[in-house]
Amino acid sequence: MFELLNSHYNYFAVMLLLGIGLYMLIESRNLVKKIIGMNIFQTGIFLFFITLAFRAGGNPPIIKDGGGPYVSPLPHVLILTAIVVGVSLTAVALALIIRIYAEYGTLDEDKLKQLYYD
Amino acid sequence: MIEQIPVLLVVLPIVGGAIPLVASLVSERAGWPVATLTLVVQAGLAGLLAWTVSTSGTVSYAVGGFAAPYGIELVVDGLSGAVAVLVAVVSLGVLAYARQAGPHSGPFYGLYLLLVAGLTGMTVTGDVFNLYVFLEITGLAAYGLVASGRDASAAVAALKYLIIGTVGASLYLLGIGYLLAATGTLNMADLAAKLGEMAAYDSTLVLTGFGLMVGGLTVKVALFPLHTWQPDAYANAPDTVSAFISALVSTVSAYALARLLFSVFTVEFLTAVPVARWALVGLACVSIIAGSALAVSQDSVQRMLAYSSVSQFGLVVAGFAIATPLAVVGATVHLLGHAVMKGGLFAATGIIERKTGATTVNGYAGMGSRVPVSAFAFAVLSLAMVGVPPAVGFVGKWYIVLGAVNAENWPVVAVLLASTLLTLAYFARLVERLYFAEPTIHAEPDEAPVTDGSGQAVSFGMIAVVVVAAALAVALTAAVPELQRVLEETLPPLLNQ
Repeated sequence: MFELLNSHYNYFAVMLLLGIGLYMLIESRNLVKKIIGMNIFQTGIFLFFITLAFRAGGNPPIIKDGGGPYVSPLPHVLILTAIVVGVSLTAVALALIIRIYAEYGTLDEDKLKQLYYD
Repeated sequence: MIEQIPVLLVVLPIVGGAIPLVASLVSERAGWPVATLTLVVQAGLAGLLAWTVSTSGTVSYAVGGFAAPYGIELVVDGLSGAVAVLVAVVSLGVLAYARQAGPHSGPFYGLYLLLVAGLTGMTVTGDVFNLYVFLEITGLAAYGLVASGRDASAAVAALKYLIIGTVGASLYLLGIGYLLAATGTLNMADLAAKLGEMAAYDSTLVLTGFGLMVGGLTVKVALFPLHTWQPDAYANAPDTVSAFISALVSTVSAYALARLLFSVFTVEFLTAVPVARWALVGLACVSIIAGSALAVSQDSVQRMLAYSSVSQFGLVVAGFAIATPLAVVGATVHLLGHAVMKGGLFAATGIIERKTGATTVNGYAGMGSRVPVSAFAFAVLSLAMVGVPPAVGFVGKWYIVLGAVNAENWPVVAVLLASTLLTLAYFARLVERLYFAEPTIHAEPDEAPVTDGSGQAVSFGMIAVVVVAAALAVALTAAVPELQRVLEETLPPLLNQ
């Protein structure tokens, strides 16, 4: 058990982040906390890709003397793109939250539901 | 020249979408002409591309000159060609509606064109990660458009849509990670070759990837029980936007699901892993029945139409999951036909609301004489959706059922046939109210809708869009044999069974 934890700790971190993020997203009543949960969930996915790309003793994928095993640059590039997407989603979400707060004066989901369905 | 068109289809609306943002600093009304010009060119290019594909086969473009599987590849075959034309034509048509109904700001048209770019990108891409990027571009533009309504409730609906949509897209991204771990490639054609060879179809890695990617996309398609964002988004968005996104956003996501099934996992995967096929068919059947039941229980017409989409997309996904050639043709026909019909229905509800103030099923009573043209088009589109021949809704359902009979999936056949009755249950009620009930609303709407100064709430263009949609819902039937030929030629796995 301990060995598995030691050799796969990053995968456990991924699962933990995904779980925490999804739980916050579903369970939190505060809209801003929901967005934070969404970000944690996405961070878990980013970590998953970066873990995939890891290679023990690998060099940066820049060809020079010596060569050697290179780390695949592809997952890093994918994750850069996904981070940009995540940042823009967060920006849109926060903009919407500002609008909602200005109109309804609350960030609490339950109170919002009462106002929204009136 | 012709092999450049796939990339032009994506670049053109992005460039065209930047212009209204800048031009709105000078003139608020500059957005519409720019968007129209862009989309006329785009529709022409899409038509030319589809014609080329139907005569000389698949067109492929290597972005930046990097050859696939390392570079990003844009591939247009019969299926994506048809969807690309649909996206171009519907978005051009909705512009005729937007001219009067609009939000009239420059940023609105910027987002509108960005959404077209995202949808076209999802259609033409041949790379699973590129599909994710375009999925998120589509999502971002759609959230912004939904929020462009004047009421603050639109912002609440958009935030709900954003949270659920992001989880869906993130699950899809996680699925890409699993496939990347299994095969080391992201190109669809390359994945299809390497799955089953480098990684067995029933390995945990591939199955998890399948589950996550399909699960993520079904959120975007809005299958039951992942549909909860849809009614709020459609009902709170401005009329133009609900006509546009109800016609295209879920449609292109369902196309992406089909692309994933046929070009990445292939029919062999579905055959090798029956549980995957059954899960998908089961989800689709639940969606058909639950969507219809929810639609029947709605009082608001727009919410009813949104739940109807849940049910109709169940039908489309069932057709794709059965995956016999007939069922796939039927699902494609129903996918394209549904886009035209649902977009037309939402446009018609917008007109009826503007003219009479009616938004509920009971409010529609007796409105057939108040808004004769729109109500007639609404009735035609409703009956087409139910599947009355010779409308395109009938042909699609007929082929899907024939495909299910060929596959001897009897429970599915029963659900598919029942789906027609269920659709009748909620549309017949509405058509009956429209023509055979006493009016419950006599007064004109309290609030004068925003007009462009001509004093009319409804323009000729808006009515024309609805009438053209109704005419197309019938006329598209004539194009089905041609579509079938193109699909069977350019989707080769369909023939090898």
